Amino acid sequence: MKTTKSPSQLVLNGLLNENPIFRLALSMCPAVGISTTVMNGLMLGVAVLFVQVCSSCTIAIIKDYIHPRIRIPTYTLTIATWVTVIDLVLSAYAPVAYKAMGIFIKLIVAFAIITMRLEVFACKNTVTKSFWDGMGMGLGFMFGMVTLGCIRELLGMGTLLGHDVLGFRPLLFFALPLAGFFCVGFMMAVFNYVELVFNRRKEKRA
Amino acid sequence: MMGSLKRHTLFVCWFIPLMIALSLSAGCNSEHRFVTKTTFKGTHNIVITFAAPVDEAWARDISNYKVYEEPDPDILLKIAKAIPGRNRKTVTLHFEEELNQDRPHVLNVADIISEGRSLGTEILKVKKLYLGFLFSILIGAMLINNFVFTKYLGLCVFFGTSQKKSTAVGMGVTFTIVIVASAMMSWLLYQFVLKPFQLDYLQIIVFIGLVSLSVQAVDTILRKINPALFKAFGVYLVLVIANCIILAVPLMLADNEYNAWESLMLALGAGLGFLVSLFLMSSVRERLELANVPPTYRGLPIAFVVAGLFALAFLGFSGMSIF
Repeated sequence: MKTTKSPSQLVLNGLLNENPIFRLALSMCPAVGISTTVMNGLMLGVAVLFVQVCSSCTIAIIKDYIHPRIRIPTYTLTIATWVTVIDLVLSAYAPVAYKAMGIFIKLIVAFAIITMRLEVFACKNTVTKSFWDGMGMGLGFMFGMVTLGCIRELLGMGTLLGHDVLGFRPLLFFALPLAGFFCVGFMMAVFNYVELVFNRRKEKRA
Repeated sequence: MMGSLKRHTLFVCWFIPLMIALSLSAGCNSEHRFVTKTTFKGTHNIVITFAAPVDEAWARDISNYKVYEEPDPDILLKIAKAIPGRNRKTVTLHFEEELNQDRPHVLNVADIISEGRSLGTEILKVKKLYLGFLFSILIGAMLINNFVFTKYLGLCVFFGTSQKKSTAVGMGVTFTIVIVASAMMSWLLYQFVLKPFQLDYLQIIVFIGLVSLSVQAVDTILRKINPALFKAFGVYLVLVIANCIILAVPLMLADNEYNAWESLMLALGAGLGFLVSLFLMSSVRERLELANVPPTYRGLPIAFVVAGLFALAFLGFSGMSIF
């Protein structure tokens, strides 16, 4: 399946139609575990964006040399290599953020979204297309993480990126790590609701 | 296939209460009716817990305590200070030198005075329960720090396979087997290859490779040895790799420098904890099928809310320490 979409369509596709967190429901662990603040969400989003783009490009370059039967192990090892790179870079240049995210940086290897994009897209398309697809997916993930982080930080602590916005704490409950379950559930319901309303309007027009 | 499934469920049903009963019975080591507990705390302290408040002046006097390691009673350990707790039911003995916690210590408490009465001299033993420590790792990984509900790992597979009880049990059992095998292999490799040659930075690549290898190995072995079991559980083997817990456990073993037994307990606890959480979740989701859920919440969103409620319940375990 070769795609004919333009770069902007590919990015938009990752951001909205196939948003990794809210639509595909893949890589839920970080969405629940460390989206407590905007900063955390942003940092992990950047890390995932980097790994996704790099591995997509790598696979797109070497796709003709991979034997189909060992493609999954190849994907895994490629991702693991890039995760090691970002892991070492972050621990050297951003030790505070690295500590806050703990084990999740290393666990990017096991995020289903990256392997899935390699299997579905990068192994069939050109390097440029794969780059934009990886960009879209990474940005979509980042968008999801930052949205969740915004909601939780605003409701839980009354702050955004550490700056006091509301001046009070509306619902301290959302600052707890486990509130991520409720938050993701509500966000998915919102996405479903929007889809439902759109479909209803389409039916009315038709 | 059903027979083997039932046997597994039965095993789980018996195993968990047995573990809890064992751990609770090992927890209380009262040697005397007035002194309820003696434990090591940190590297330099021993804490004595009394049944009732003791006299503060008596508790502060360090000449009342004599402590030595069991094999040589002539060498008394030097106590720097004795600090009574706020409710005066506990006394913390601070030692000048680090205690060798692998050996049992004998504690001679002279002439205990509580509420004006003398209660006589007590000879107590302080020792670390190694078996207890192992159990605390197991129970800790299973309930107190349950990987799904308190560490938020392995959620993709968790939500994917918790729709039916039979699927949940199948996935949980397969996962437990694979995680024990792969964690032990990664422990071996980390301790004897990666660490001596200072290749720590390769741990992610090596561990993920080992996980895929052990999944493949379990697949091949199961197919040859027990085809019936393979038919029941083979489907879940592929999903095991997509679960982040299976990678998180080797990374934690490497971080915490656990030895072989401790690693085994952590891996077993992680697997059983996943099984328990899957079973709980699938029981609720089977009922949810019959409930009248609003259309926007049908499917995953309501499952997330239910998981959130479970996580709240599991929050009740936090801060619980068995030993």
